[in-house]
Amino acid sequence: MKQKSWFLRGALALGFAFLYLPILSLVVYSFNDNKLVTVWSKFSVKWYGVLLQDEPILSAAWLSLKIAFMNATLAVILGTLVALALARFGAFRGRALLSSLATAPLVMPEVITGLSLLLLFVAMEQFIGWPAGRGTLTIVIAHATFSMSYVAVIVQSRLTGMDVSIEEAALDLGAKPAKVFMVITLPIIAPALLSGWLLAFTLSLDDLVIASFVSGPGSTTLPMVIYSKVRLGLSPEINALATLLVGFVSIAVLGAGLLMARQERLRQRDVQMAIAGNK
Amino acid sequence: MAEAKTTTAFEPWTDPNAVPYIEIRNVTKKFGEFVAVDNVSLNIYKQELFCLLGGSGCGKTTLLRMLAGFEEPTSGQIFIDGQDMAGIAPYRRPVNMMFQSYALFPHMTVEHNVAFGLKQDNVPKGEIADRVAKILELVKLGSFGKRKPHQLSGGQRQRVALARALVKQPKLLLLDEPLGALDKKLRESTQFELMKIQDQLGVTFVVVTHDQEEAMTLSSRIGVMNHGRIIQTGTPTEIYEFPNSRFVADFVGTVNMFPGRIVDEDNDYVRIGCDEAACTIFINHGVAAPPNAELWVAVRPEKIHLTREAPADARDNCVRGTVDGIAYMGDMSIYNVRLDSGKMIKVTQPNLIRHSEDTITWDDRVFLHWHASSGVVLTL
Amino acid sequence: MSRAGYVPLGERMATASEPLLRTLVRLPLLRWFFNTLGRFAISGRGAVVLVPYAWLLLFFAIPFVIVLKISLADQVIAQPPYTALVQWTEDTYLQIKLNLGNYLFLVQDALYWKAYLNSVKIAFISAFVCLLIGYPMAYAMARAEESWRNVLLMLVVLPFWTSFLLRVYAWIGILNNTGLINNWLIAAGIIDEPITMIRTNFAVYIGIVYSYLPFMILPLYSTLEKLDNTLLEAAADLGCRPFEAFLTITLPLSMPGVVAGFSLVFIPALGEFVIPDLLGGKDSLMIGHVLWDEFFANRAWPVASAVAIAMLTLVLLLMAGQRKLEEKAETAA
Repeated sequence: MKQKSWFLRGALALGFAFLYLPILSLVVYSFNDNKLVTVWSKFSVKWYGVLLQDEPILSAAWLSLKIAFMNATLAVILGTLVALALARFGAFRGRALLSSLATAPLVMPEVITGLSLLLLFVAMEQFIGWPAGRGTLTIVIAHATFSMSYVAVIVQSRLTGMDVSIEEAALDLGAKPAKVFMVITLPIIAPALLSGWLLAFTLSLDDLVIASFVSGPGSTTLPMVIYSKVRLGLSPEINALATLLVGFVSIAVLGAGLLMARQERLRQRDVQMAIAGNK
Repeated sequence: MAEAKTTTAFEPWTDPNAVPYIEIRNVTKKFGEFVAVDNVSLNIYKQELFCLLGGSGCGKTTLLRMLAGFEEPTSGQIFIDGQDMAGIAPYRRPVNMMFQSYALFPHMTVEHNVAFGLKQDNVPKGEIADRVAKILELVKLGSFGKRKPHQLSGGQRQRVALARALVKQPKLLLLDEPLGALDKKLRESTQFELMKIQDQLGVTFVVVTHDQEEAMTLSSRIGVMNHGRIIQTGTPTEIYEFPNSRFVADFVGTVNMFPGRIVDEDNDYVRIGCDEAACTIFINHGVAAPPNAELWVAVRPEKIHLTREAPADARDNCVRGTVDGIAYMGDMSIYNVRLDSGKMIKVTQPNLIRHSEDTITWDDRVFLHWHASSGVVLTL
Repeated sequence: MSRAGYVPLGERMATASEPLLRTLVRLPLLRWFFNTLGRFAISGRGAVVLVPYAWLLLFFAIPFVIVLKISLADQVIAQPPYTALVQWTEDTYLQIKLNLGNYLFLVQDALYWKAYLNSVKIAFISAFVCLLIGYPMAYAMARAEESWRNVLLMLVVLPFWTSFLLRVYAWIGILNNTGLINNWLIAAGIIDEPITMIRTNFAVYIGIVYSYLPFMILPLYSTLEKLDNTLLEAAADLGCRPFEAFLTITLPLSMPGVVAGFSLVFIPALGEFVIPDLLGGKDSLMIGHVLWDEFFANRAWPVASAVAIAMLTLVLLLMAGQRKLEEKAETAA
């Protein structure tokens, strides 16, 4: 009973148009020769050249990538620990608090997180002298604090979806808990860890507000540079940057999607074979 | 296999000098306020195939998980081969388990799954390969070693799980609903295979199941559980023919239950008055019950004869009724007979003749009668 | 302690704070914390819990205490620009000075509570529009062919992976007076003068709806997809028309998704800064923006902290309300 109403089809089409037309317009006008972004003159790639000469943007992008990498790695470790505790340790004291501490950053407005972390860093510097000043380190800590929640949610749902008796079977066959985690649990939840890592990476790369609060002189991230440029008005260079980013992400996501679809097809074929071929 | 058991009379539980291999002493397990296992004591002997039978939530799986070490008893002790298991982690116990979901490692091939336990014990590589090949041959999966679990059918997965648990040659193998996930036909053939393997390897099995048929065919002894307690332990015949309570009689097989009181008794017989049956029930052995106490007589459907004519000498154990419904099962038919008191009685009759004009049918008036040894008197 | 007249500072602090510490440890919350710490430290898996626990307490929970503390401080021109609450006066006395002036300021100055109310209004309307757009989309996705569902799902998530800032930026180019819409409308001869869309509430609504739409669609989709199709067939079999079936079966059963989606849009949108800053005008001042300005432009840390505490209270109330609603929706469904 998969009847299709025109209303639903229309809603989908309009919805996706709403989601994608703005991005499309960014891409199209990045190839505009005119300095006025929204007035088309002729096709040109000159703004890409300008972008690649723009030293502040490039160094900010490099810094952002470094921060995103460190953040994602840290967030995956912390988030996985949270997920393990919540999904596997049963009822322990403080579970409810951990659970709400771990999910609150998901909806906490960024300005609050940013401000409170900055005030913490200032206070800590005052009392224990660490972290000395604000910069890459404080941004990584701040980003890891909120992106670990996303990782925890993803990994936890994978862990609860996994058959616990698989881990028990490994224990039963003589593997110690730490080994069970490394040899059985980790490979099974690896896809969740990977998507958690990618999500944390993107969140960090994307964050303006929290980074603005906790960054220091000399640690200007890419969103901060973009923001200061955008505040001054439209710039074709930003369009070019956006196009590169969209292109990169689309290729990555499409590639991952195709890979997953292929594996799913192979799996389906195997299952068919198992059902049909033998008793 | 089955007949081997009966001919050698493997009955260590009747031998007062036999040393139990697994000893469960006053074990209680509570989850918060809920008592999952309630003061259970049980001895299981070497090479037995012991079934824990009960409905869902009766505590049978919790008991099994305590043997495996996944749960610690709240009180009481468990000994395996004389060794106290308190505080011993699952990975240090000489016990392996076959899980209900099979719990095969999805990212490993069949060979790696089976070899996993041996690797944990640091068995030399060559020996691992030998033992894995041998056990896969035993469960008839010799050519499937390189496959992943999702490339196997349900029956094959079940055999991988069995091989994986057996390859470590555990002192005790625990099986949690081993046949639960298989369809009926496959189940029957697998039952016999399981018994054969157990016989060949001589490993002690403890099986948890909710399926009474499975328990009856597989086991040397059955422990029937309810509300965390073991209600009765005994061979399948004892459990079926001599249930010790209404619960066991009702849970294992189908039964007709007549409440009544003793009206006449001696050392070698009792006569029980039963209003619902509108006749007295005669039992050809004495009963240890106070006179005038309320008790029940259980009669299995296959032990009741169904006739149109009154049997000769129909003083006791004979009631009249009307056929209310017939369920044709192929090999036999189940008759629902309404007694004149309104009580419904189930009777099964084998379909010995292919077709007969004279078979008893709907709305026929019939006599139900049974032998003096067929009724079981229950006081609980 | 010391017989000499001079008491070293450290010792003095220790003496003074000893009773304080002792009472602190007796507080149920802290005692519970230390007990938990002790319990987990001995077990092997303790580290698994303790590391993230300590991290979240240090970098997520404690900061709020500091914000609360600073919101009660006076502003001074110094580094950092606020006064200490707890001061040692005449060497031995502890003096605690609480300044409620920052909160009084929030109530008295119309700018603040207007921004506060405005945030609630804008976030609510945006979340509602998200629901109106997102529900049919999620429904259509859940009813689509199995093979299409993952593709559609990917299409919903894909924009989320590209830069949020750049997606908001795209709307400047579209809504500007010299932007794409106005350019096209003028070129088509429909209007002569550009319509003012940028720097209005309208632009803010568009920006929020656009950025947060996936957060609405995903929870809705996951509840709608799990919905047992045979329920609808049963309803149809019992003589219920499709639209009626939607109202009496699908909609009530999807309420958990509606609640989750609505709060996933509403709560973060309350504190939104970037969107009102880039797309909004004078009348779309939101509380997150006020906080930002107080902090960065005015360097008024205590006032910014007070704004944050006021906002946090609202967010926590909303989260509690959401949990209640979700429980209700779960039990009803």
